Amino acid sequence: MSLLEVKDLHTSFFTDAGEVKAVNGVSFFLDRGKVLGIVGESGSGKSVTAYSIMQILAGTGKIVSGSIKLDGQELVGAGEKVMKTVRGNKVSIIFQDPMTSLNPTYTIGRQLMEAILLHTDRNKKEAWDRAVEMLRLVNVNEPEKRMKQYPFEFSGGMRQRVMIAMALACEPDILIADEPTTALDVTIQAQILELMGSLQKELGMAIIMITHDLGVVAQMCDEVIVMYAGSICEQGTADEIFYNPCHEYTKGLMRSIPTANTAGKKLRPITGTPIDLLNMPAGCPFAPRCDAAMKICTKERCESMQLNDDHRAACWMNVKQGVEDGSITLEGGANHE
Amino acid sequence: MSEQANRPLIEVKDLKEYFNINMGMFKSKPLKAVDGVSFSINKGETLGLVGESGCGKTTVGRTILHLYKPTAGEIWYDGKKLETKADIQEFRKKATMVFQDPYSSLNPRMTVSDIIGEPLDIHKLYSTKQERMERILELMGHVGLNSEHASRYAHEFSGGQRQRIGIARALAVNPDFIVCDEPVSALDVSIQAQVINMFDELQDKLGLTYLFIAHDLLVVRHISDRIAVMYLGKMVELADAAEIYDRPLHPYSKSLLSAVPVPDPKAARANQRIVLSGDIPSPLNAPSGCPFRTRCQYATEQCAAEMPAFKEVEKGHFVACHRTAEVN
Repeated sequence: MSLLEVKDLHTSFFTDAGEVKAVNGVSFFLDRGKVLGIVGESGSGKSVTAYSIMQILAGTGKIVSGSIKLDGQELVGAGEKVMKTVRGNKVSIIFQDPMTSLNPTYTIGRQLMEAILLHTDRNKKEAWDRAVEMLRLVNVNEPEKRMKQYPFEFSGGMRQRVMIAMALACEPDILIADEPTTALDVTIQAQILELMGSLQKELGMAIIMITHDLGVVAQMCDEVIVMYAGSICEQGTADEIFYNPCHEYTKGLMRSIPTANTAGKKLRPITGTPIDLLNMPAGCPFAPRCDAAMKICTKERCESMQLNDDHRAACWMNVKQGVEDGSITLEGGANHE
Repeated sequence: MSEQANRPLIEVKDLKEYFNINMGMFKSKPLKAVDGVSFSINKGETLGLVGESGCGKTTVGRTILHLYKPTAGEIWYDGKKLETKADIQEFRKKATMVFQDPYSSLNPRMTVSDIIGEPLDIHKLYSTKQERMERILELMGHVGLNSEHASRYAHEFSGGQRQRIGIARALAVNPDFIVCDEPVSALDVSIQAQVINMFDELQDKLGLTYLFIAHDLLVVRHISDRIAVMYLGKMVELADAAEIYDRPLHPYSKSLLSAVPVPDPKAARANQRIVLSGDIPSPLNAPSGCPFRTRCQYATEQCAAEMPAFKEVEKGHFVACHRTAEVN
């Protein structure tokens, strides 16, 4: 049994303009001690997937259907009481912006101790010691002194370290990192990624890394999910996704990144703009921007297909290729799953 | 990207820009945002300017355009020093800017045609209303916007399209030189590639010269002919784009480049990152001597005593480091 099993998750926001299907049938597993990357552009539903797991959606957002099982325990419909024992304790989250996710009016120490006092039996003295220990773990110098300081006295990288310390204080099984380094400079980003990697090995937790930066994914993740318009286009091991992308969107993304080989040449970007989630097309959501789109792509959405042990993708091109080389026979014999 | 006429279009000589920071009653302290920076940009060339936040790269861009009055130093345009108000007025017809944030750099109360037309109005670059409109539509065509977008407002557009509007505005006066201040950092990867390609095409078509400021080193490498690296208001290295990536000489450039996450899992696993300890010091309390010495593993007493000169160690490769020989 996997640590986290998400099955056919649908999360929508009910706005005045209509229902926005931000997450539209997402399924994945996460095993203990693994790092899963979720990549996608803004509006692809990667953050909403994470917020659905934590059930910290904005007021208009709701999990419509699907199942989220943590260690065998169903979280969808479990109620606030259960979620309070999950959040911060079994699953923690760190956010993109370390500037706004700390309370400016409380000391760092008080904010660190809050989670510890809430989720464990430790008394104030023990919580203080634990907080100092956590700050030391994330390489904050002079932790005792830092405990009494306020967030404005910390730099961006330092604040992100505090956020990580806070998230790890109760030894969660899963750490969700929502664009943890996007707001940071490259050298500071390198420090934080290094820290997360070594803590992950030391504490053996699983990480869900949400990012738009494929470089960060390549560096950190064992497995990767690529999202577009609320659904998963492709999922598999990092090596499979990077070296053998099997969805036209993933291929387009890889071509869009400037590398050493593209200097002085034209990039081949994905044309068009991301779709409007209020007006989803009938077929594949990526079809309007896809150069290789066929007739069927605009009519019917492709099911996610198992390509090999480590790789699934939802693209008709794979079916076409399968038919051409004979691994898939039409007439109901299509080798789904 | 052409190598036409190796003549500098923009020359910056020992540029300094200090901001006075109020330290309480009657006391103030200069914040040395840019502290003695010199470089030149040839006609048709793209100079990439990289560095972390607070290193002064944006201030360099803005000071060149005299959006800030330079504290000291000279700026030469096309072989002529900018001195009088009239010089600057004239210069601003030839040099424009594209801003980072496509959301806050467009006035939400103006239509697209008014935004793009504003520089035309200011510099009185048309004689009839019809001529103005024709020019606006031509500019919109350059950046891939439809003519029916002209009467819309900025909020009706996505981030990528807004950046196109910003670029059309920068092109309105028919400039030779554009300062691009992080023009793609707010955009998604797929849109970013579209805008980068557009910068390329416009350069070829209109013979533009760019100062391309960015913190995304992969983007900078793609677009630039030469790259300059800044740290705490000083320029630490300047060389050809390929050269600086393959053979960085300054310890800061080395660690900066090794810190870039490459989108290639095998390379990422093999990459020996040089992770710097600590944060960038505050520019208000910059270290004496070489600004990088507090984070540099090669630092000696000499580095604390004096600022290394920015000198040409190989043809076209400038470095400011006392210990170039030992580092490499």
